[in-house]
Amino acid sequence: MAALRSTSRLFASSRPLFRPAVFARSYATVERDNPTTATGYANPKTIPATQTSDVAEQKPSPDARMKTFHVYRWNPDQPTEKPKMQSYQLDLNKTGPMMLDALIRIKNELDPTLTFRRSCREGICGSCAMNIDGVNTLACLCRIPTETTQQSRIYPLPHMYVVKDLVPDLTHFYKQYKSIKPYLQRDTPAEDGLEFRQSPEDRKKLDGLYECILCACCSTSCPSYWWNSEEYLGPAILLQSYRWLADSRDERKAERKAALDNSMSVYRCHTILNCSRTCPKGLNPALAIAQIKKELAAP
Amino acid sequence: MFSQKLAQQSLRRLAVQQPYAMRWSMTNAASPAAVALGNNVQKRQAATSSNTSDPTQILAQQRKNRPVSPHLSIYRPQITWIGSSAHRVTGLILSGGLYLYSTAYLAAPVLGWHLETASVAAAFGALPLVAKVGLKSLMAFPFVYHCMNGVRHLVWDLGRGITNKQVIKSGWTVVGLSVLSTLVLAFL
Repeated sequence: MAALRSTSRLFASSRPLFRPAVFARSYATVERDNPTTATGYANPKTIPATQTSDVAEQKPSPDARMKTFHVYRWNPDQPTEKPKMQSYQLDLNKTGPMMLDALIRIKNELDPTLTFRRSCREGICGSCAMNIDGVNTLACLCRIPTETTQQSRIYPLPHMYVVKDLVPDLTHFYKQYKSIKPYLQRDTPAEDGLEFRQSPEDRKKLDGLYECILCACCSTSCPSYWWNSEEYLGPAILLQSYRWLADSRDERKAERKAALDNSMSVYRCHTILNCSRTCPKGLNPALAIAQIKKELAAP
Repeated sequence: MFSQKLAQQSLRRLAVQQPYAMRWSMTNAASPAAVALGNNVQKRQAATSSNTSDPTQILAQQRKNRPVSPHLSIYRPQITWIGSSAHRVTGLILSGGLYLYSTAYLAAPVLGWHLETASVAAAFGALPLVAKVGLKSLMAFPFVYHCMNGVRHLVWDLGRGITNKQVIKSGWTVVGLSVLSTLVLAFL
């Protein structure tokens, strides 16, 4: 037993020897000498890419198609430091076709400290929503422009609190989703005691609504949501609201409408229409909001 | 007897096939004597963690420092939101201009200003042609753009014309038409 323990301790102590410092994971926890004394928000002004270090792929082949990616970086372990843009150069010949492939390659091969969310890599989970070249989209559905002279810029979803690098804090967004009671509410039991049936026509009303994956691309593209996210629900949540308003099986339509009928929840929508423009799933939140407004106006 | 033999046999087989499993099971079982003497108690000789801060506060601390991600400055200019902000700005110019001029008009007799139609028309007529066209188009564009874009908003409120294609098309149509009619009004 003692022998076993001492060997394992020996192994543990020798581990950093074989591991370069960059691979050492820094958890968001322990170090006490962090300058966490600073209060207030970090300076939101981003340091431009020209003032930060460049990370390039090593030994590119002669026919390499090198493309530059400028990525927003901010580390919660150094809260007093400004967010910055860091540049990475990748050979497109060795990179997959999508932006997510580029990010994963950067993380695997150039800089393991780069942080972003990803899961399904096929546009169904909504984790990798970010602002790519000025437009909110899913990194896994966004092709890398093959024009190598054109540099790509990757930011987190706009006007959200940044947890780290490309990871925004979606807590408030999910709370808003919870607030609209996104589930079937019924008092009467089903006729056959088995399931709540619906005609094909009624089911058709949900097309274009049920496909929403709540990636928050539309909500964070909406300038009105930028300024009023505390009370305005935003396109994604309103599309979900309409999904339950339009459901023929739901029996709390009046309550749902009453919850929306105030100056902030819906009517901060000024039909800017960035939401429909940016939706990576090709849905139309603006149309859903227009339908809600119509239903509220003419019950 | 037979069962004991069987157990022994299987142990032996385990020792041959998976010697490490065997060793693990043997070394892990402390002898009763060792337990009684307290030899089996694991001890930490030194504190390995100097972290005395409350771990539940780490996230709260981080939340205080989070920056807001960039928004207006990095979002790609598109006809949707640029057109919308132009609608708002032109509306402000129009209503602000009206309020400013009408209060000035009301206060004019008291302050001794000459803002009545005849003197304003005379002052405007004395300007050179370039200034006339420039001033006229400065006044005309906000009015024309706001009116035409307002029609777009009314159509949208009916739930019509809200597809990406239609929105882009109608947006640029409004921009083109308002530039044209501004020019027409400026040279009137």
